[in-house]
Amino acid sequence: MIDTVVQVELPVDETLAIKKHRITPQSGGNRKRLSIVTGIHGDELEGQYVCYELSRRINEHPEYLKGTVDIYPAANPFGIDSITRGIPAFDLDMNRIFPGSTNGDMNEYIAAEIIKDLTQSDLCLDIHASNIYLTEMPQIRINELHRDRLLPYAKLANIDFIWVHGASTVLESTLAYSLNTRDVPTLVVEMGVGMRITKEYGNQLVTGIFRLMQELSIWEGPVDEVKQPIISEKPEEVAFLNAPVSGIFIKDTCHGIYVKKGDHIGSIVDPLAGICLQNITAPATGLLFTIREYPVVDEGSLLARILIK
Amino acid sequence: MERNTLFEIKALYRDNFRVTGFTFGSGDDSICIVGSMRGNENQQLYACSKLVKKLSELEQERRIRSGKKILIIPCANPYSVNIRKRFWTIDNTDINRMFPGYSLGETTQRISAGVFEAIKNYKYGIQFASFYMPGIFLPHVRMMKTGYENIDLAKEFGLPYVVLHNPRPFDTTTLNYNWQVWGTNAFSIYTTTTAAISESSADQAVEAILNFMSKQDIIDYRADEGYISKVVDGHDIISVRTKKSGFFMPETAAGKKVKKGSLLAKLTDTYTGELKDEIYSPVNGTIFFMHDAPMVYSNTAVFKIIQAE
Repeated sequence: MIDTVVQVELPVDETLAIKKHRITPQSGGNRKRLSIVTGIHGDELEGQYVCYELSRRINEHPEYLKGTVDIYPAANPFGIDSITRGIPAFDLDMNRIFPGSTNGDMNEYIAAEIIKDLTQSDLCLDIHASNIYLTEMPQIRINELHRDRLLPYAKLANIDFIWVHGASTVLESTLAYSLNTRDVPTLVVEMGVGMRITKEYGNQLVTGIFRLMQELSIWEGPVDEVKQPIISEKPEEVAFLNAPVSGIFIKDTCHGIYVKKGDHIGSIVDPLAGICLQNITAPATGLLFTIREYPVVDEGSLLARILIK
Repeated sequence: MERNTLFEIKALYRDNFRVTGFTFGSGDDSICIVGSMRGNENQQLYACSKLVKKLSELEQERRIRSGKKILIIPCANPYSVNIRKRFWTIDNTDINRMFPGYSLGETTQRISAGVFEAIKNYKYGIQFASFYMPGIFLPHVRMMKTGYENIDLAKEFGLPYVVLHNPRPFDTTTLNYNWQVWGTNAFSIYTTTTAAISESSADQAVEAILNFMSKQDIIDYRADEGYISKVVDGHDIISVRTKKSGFFMPETAAGKKVKKGSLLAKLTDTYTGELKDEIYSPVNGTIFFMHDAPMVYSNTAVFKIIQAE
C-alpha cells in the first residue's frame, strides 16, 4: 500500500508529497515495524536500489512476512528530481533541520511530519551514499551517545565496517539523532558514491536488512549469513588524507583494500602544464575505506580515509 | 590603510583564492568587521566597501585613536561571489558553518581556520549577516544567548532593534558563536537586503558601526546618535505564516505599524488570478520582516512582527 506521509500544495499546479510503501503480513502477524528511509540528500541514490530490491524480495515470499516494513524512498523528492543534495529553492541541507516543527516553514513542517510518522518504528535505517565526491565501503556510522543500543543491530546489517564517532552539536539536527533521542533505534548507512547505484553494495545491505527483520521477528523465511564487520571506536584509528594542492586527482587504487604507509594511492596533476603536482601516498597502514571519486580537488579536499590497522 | 592577504589557496585554473584584509591604525586588536561569506551577500560586501572608504578618510584625518587597530574583511569568499554561487564552489559547503575551522581539514574548514586565526583576538567582532529566506528586515543587531552576550554594548550601535535568540545546533559552527566563545564581543548586523543593494540601509549600518567605534574610543567621530535600541527576545517576535501557496501580494511594508486584524497581504492563484487567501495581523505591532519573493509556499513565515507594548 502506498501512503502519503505529508503533502503540501506548491504555487503552480503541483503537490509535493512524501510517500511510503507499507508492506504488511498477508494475515495476522505482529506489531513489529522496520522503517527504511533514503533520499534525504537528493544526489545519493544507492538507497533507491535497496528500496526496490527489498520490496521485490519480500513480495516473492509474502508468506514469511510477520511484521510491517515501511519504505520511504524519497524524503527529499525535489532534490532527487533535480540532482541536488539539499532542498532546491532553499539551498538547505535537509539533514540539518530535524526534528523540524509543525509550526515551522514548509521544510520544517515536512521534517516534523516524517519524524512523527517514524516514531512507532522498532528500528529505522537511514541510507546514504557518502556524496558525489567520495566512494565508501558499506558502513554504519554510530554516534557514541547511542553506541550501546545500536551496536548489536549494526553488527547484523551485513556491512563491512562500523564507525562509532564522537558526538557533535551539529549532528543533533540529523534524522538519526532525532529518532535515536526519541527512542527509535536508527542506523545511518553510508555506502557507494553519489549519483550512482552500486548493485553489489545494495544486495549486500538487503541481505543485512533481512537478517535484521529476522532479529525483530518481522521475517520468518530463510536468511543468508551476514559478515562480521570491523568496528572502530577510537578517533585515532581513522587517518584522513586531504589534498596538499589543488589540481586533478588521478586515482590509482580502489577502496576496500589494505594499504601500507607510503603506498601509492594516486596523483594530483596539472593538465595545463602537463606535470604531476604531487604523488599521493597512504599516510598510514590499514584499510582504505574511503577514496575520492570526483577528480577536481581544492587544497584540503578529502582524498581518502584509512582505518589504521 | 594596509591591504594584506590574510589567507590564500592556490587553485588549478582560477586565480588564487585570497581573503583580503584592510587594516587601519596600529596597536591593540580593537575591532574586526567581516562582510560577505556567501556568494549572494552583495549588500554585506557593499556595506563593508563603504566602511573601508570612510575609515580611509578618517585615517587621513588622523582620527583613528592611537594604539587601536581596526581590521575589515569585506569578503571571506570571493570565489563564490565571482561565480554567483551561494556556497563553496566545489562542494557547496558554507564557510559560516565551519568555524573555528581546522587548518588540516577540508577546504572550507581551512578557510575558516585561516580567517579565524587572523581575527580571533579582536576585542569586538562584527559580522554583516544575511537571512536564508528572501525578504526585507528592519536593520538590527542580533546576538546569540551564549552566556557571554553583552546587551548594553549592542545598544551602542544605535540601530532600532537588538534581537536576542537561543543558539540552535548548527549555530555552534558560525563565526559569531565562536567569536563569543573565544572572548570577543560579537555582533551580527542585519541590514535590509542581501542580494540587492540598499544604499540607505548600507549607510545606516556604516553609521551605526562608526557610532559604536566612537563610543568604544576607537575613532574620533561625531556620529549621529541613532536610535535608542529596543531589545527584543526572538521568542517574542510573532511569525505570520501562509496557509496556502500562490502569488504573494503585500499590502504593507517592513517598518510599518500594523493593528490587530489589519490586512497584511493577499495570495492569488497563479493560474486564475483568483483570491486564494488573505493574511491579517494577529497583533498590534511593527513589521520587522517581510517576504519579498513573487511567489510563496504554504507554511512560509511571510511576516515577522514585533508586538507593541
